[in-house]
Amino acid sequence: MGRVQVSNKEEFPEMENSDFSDTQLIRHFRGVLVAVTTGDRENYDELVGYLHPSKKKLNPDEVALLVTTLKALSGTVAYIDPVHHESLLFAVSRISMWNFGTDVMDALLELIISLAASNGKYIDWCLEMLVKHFVPPFYLADSLKQENGIDKKNKVLSRVHSALKEIADLVPLAPLRLSPIVVQKMPSLFSNESEIVMYVENMLRLACGAIGEIVGSTMLPAVVDRMLELDVEIGWDGILLEDVKGIFEMELEEITEFADEDENFDMPPSELLNRKNLQGNVVVEKLDSLMVLTFLHLESCESSGRVALVFDILLTSFQRTVLNAYKSKFTQFVMFYACALDPEGCGVKFATALANMFVCDVNPPITRMSAVGYLASYMSRAKFLSAALVTSLLQSLVDWCHTYCKSHDFDMNPRAHQVFYSGCQAIMYTLCFRMRSLMDVPRLKLQLLNMSMEAIWKHKLCPLKVCLPTVVVEFLRQAKAAQLFMASESFLFNDMLESDLSKAFGGMDRLDMFFPFDPCLLKKSESYIRPHFVRWSNVRTTYDDDENDELSDCGSEVSDDDFVERNARDMIDDDMMVSVEHLDFNPDLNKMSITPKKSLKYGVETPLDRCVRMPARIRPSTSPESL
Amino acid sequence: MEGLKVSKGNITVYIHPSKSKQVSHAVLRELSSLLFTFSQVFDGVVLAYDPNSLDICAKILPGVYPYFGVKLNVNLLLFSPKPNMLLEGKVVKLTHDSIHLVVLGFSSAIITEKDIREDFLCKTKRGQEVYVSRSNKQHVIKVGTMIRFLVKSFDEEILHVYGSLIPDHTGSIYWLENNLEVATHNDRSEKKRRIVPEPIMPEQDVVVGELSALDIVQKGKNSKKQKHQEEP
Repeated sequence: MGRVQVSNKEEFPEMENSDFSDTQLIRHFRGVLVAVTTGDRENYDELVGYLHPSKKKLNPDEVALLVTTLKALSGTVAYIDPVHHESLLFAVSRISMWNFGTDVMDALLELIISLAASNGKYIDWCLEMLVKHFVPPFYLADSLKQENGIDKKNKVLSRVHSALKEIADLVPLAPLRLSPIVVQKMPSLFSNESEIVMYVENMLRLACGAIGEIVGSTMLPAVVDRMLELDVEIGWDGILLEDVKGIFEMELEEITEFADEDENFDMPPSELLNRKNLQGNVVVEKLDSLMVLTFLHLESCESSGRVALVFDILLTSFQRTVLNAYKSKFTQFVMFYACALDPEGCGVKFATALANMFVCDVNPPITRMSAVGYLASYMSRAKFLSAALVTSLLQSLVDWCHTYCKSHDFDMNPRAHQVFYSGCQAIMYTLCFRMRSLMDVPRLKLQLLNMSMEAIWKHKLCPLKVCLPTVVVEFLRQAKAAQLFMASESFLFNDMLESDLSKAFGGMDRLDMFFPFDPCLLKKSESYIRPHFVRWSNVRTTYDDDENDELSDCGSEVSDDDFVERNARDMIDDDMMVSVEHLDFNPDLNKMSITPKKSLKYGVETPLDRCVRMPARIRPSTSPESL
Repeated sequence: MEGLKVSKGNITVYIHPSKSKQVSHAVLRELSSLLFTFSQVFDGVVLAYDPNSLDICAKILPGVYPYFGVKLNVNLLLFSPKPNMLLEGKVVKLTHDSIHLVVLGFSSAIITEKDIREDFLCKTKRGQEVYVSRSNKQHVIKVGTMIRFLVKSFDEEILHVYGSLIPDHTGSIYWLENNLEVATHNDRSEKKRRIVPEPIMPEQDVVVGELSALDIVQKGKNSKKQKHQEEP
């Protein structure tokens, strides 16, 4: 403790000598504190008064008095009693470091650390006090954007974090008590963006820091859970409920409009005005910022070689919350990005974990269906996954479905065999994206041809009739072009499409339409995802070569999209070092879906329909029909 | 060092039916939840466990969820400091007001000024506080020193020990062993130093333990633990 000279006489009028050593001061304070227990509160009340600055701006003398008092108190913590000195503790808890200079900050932290180490009773109080400083008082929030503010922020937060570390050194079990406090004090969903972003910044800083080993396993899942809460707050599906159109029209037509809403919310179409899009957008912005923070955190973990460790934490949290969350639209991209950073390690682990969850019959059907939905979407969209891995995963799915067929000799029943149908749909969906690339490798082509898929499609359970027609049509078309089915010259499957039975197997949550890694609509996050993401418009299908001419003829919209899309891709390909931030044009963000405009539900399949493409974004729906 | 003991427990662990496929795993998880918390039943903080035998028959509890109780014998390493026991800890912070210690790497301890005997004087040397004995200048306590102290009380919730340096046989272990027990210091000092980590480290392996750990009766470890228990 540094020696503090108090030269101002007025500060301690009862003492005649103007210079005291800090030892003398401490002795005096001890006397004051002890006197309270005997009923003498006069000096004590005066002491508490020093800790209650009457105005916000203190003059140097008042600051010196405050610093002196705090320093002397930290020398007397053993005499502070939670019952007798409650008002003193309350006064200390009111002091915010954000309002003062570094002198007061240091003195206050010294007191907090001494208190935390002195007595087990104060540890929670001290930790809460420090956590409170993660976010500045609301009246300072605006000033933090200026240069002074940033400097102040650094000063306060670096001190808070080093104090937490110091407490952990003195009280080794303190981090265990810190985690629940940090999670509990997290700003609510409705707090403003800067507040929650700053708090999460601090949480992630804790996870990276010296005590990260202990608290890290709580921080990241808590952040992900909060993002998920924000995610499900974005009520797009609820908005679409107002539409009385059929489900397919919803996915196929409204989507473009919907993306427009997100992108051009300055000038929303008149019908969108009723959809409280502004409210939605506040949440979207918040979520987007948190996602970017998490991505940056993952990047820093990757550079420090801890990404595998962090991924294990993320995976557990994913299985616990995100996997079964209905209407999770964006939060899952945290997993996607973590996998993209370490494709060989995390990327493979994620795919294997999902496949295992699907196959494991202990899991409830809804978990298995979600897992296989995630798997299909992940295998289709992740640019970084090798074709060999995809093939081996497909093989395991096909094997499972084949075994299921053999053991279930029943007729079609969407509800009873929903897990089976979701498995079949996953195979088809993945192949829609990957068939061409697998066919190009002779070894994988052979493996694909040897899979016992045909037996599954021709089984009495009729997966082709039950699965989502859009997926089935696209799959059959590609399979035909690639001659996947040797025996079926006549292609008996053509007439197998029926009405939307998929609704029945998808259940209330419409898991049949669940493709979680469809293009991310969050603007900032999308720029991180983009280099690792496969878009449907970039996929080369097995029929591409044959039907190039047809494609170019089939409507200007599609070819325009294609054109922009390919330009964008070429740009990235030409210069791999290009920074994603500089790519501010965003040609395909408006385009959630590139699916046929006409619903297949009505069985009308025009040549135009045939040449356009897969659903790129199909959301679970709660429309009255499906309920 | 006192305060460490090995107890044999005959306990029943209740397992949720959803865990019935991996009973041994579930048992280990349940046991792990005891770690580093004070347990009234065992009268101490559970530091490590070593399940010896698992009863094959489990009793099913009637109810909405048919939990089943698995009986097992466990050796538990407990930390239960009682007043007037002698503990050893590493000094992590020194002030004029107090000495802060960490015992066994997890429990914090404090010795306040009024519990430090007057023989010790707090001085500032090269910017750092040290406690020096007036009667013997060689007896120095500074940050990093291992000291032996007397337990005054123990906060069971936060596992915080309040200690005292009043008795003469407390203070820096290095100095005490060199000066108070000259005859045997060579043997004992080495042994003492080894005692602190040994009972903990092997046990933690069991805590993290593989499933097979359940079935292996680790006789070697048990006998070692019992030896430690007798020694202090």
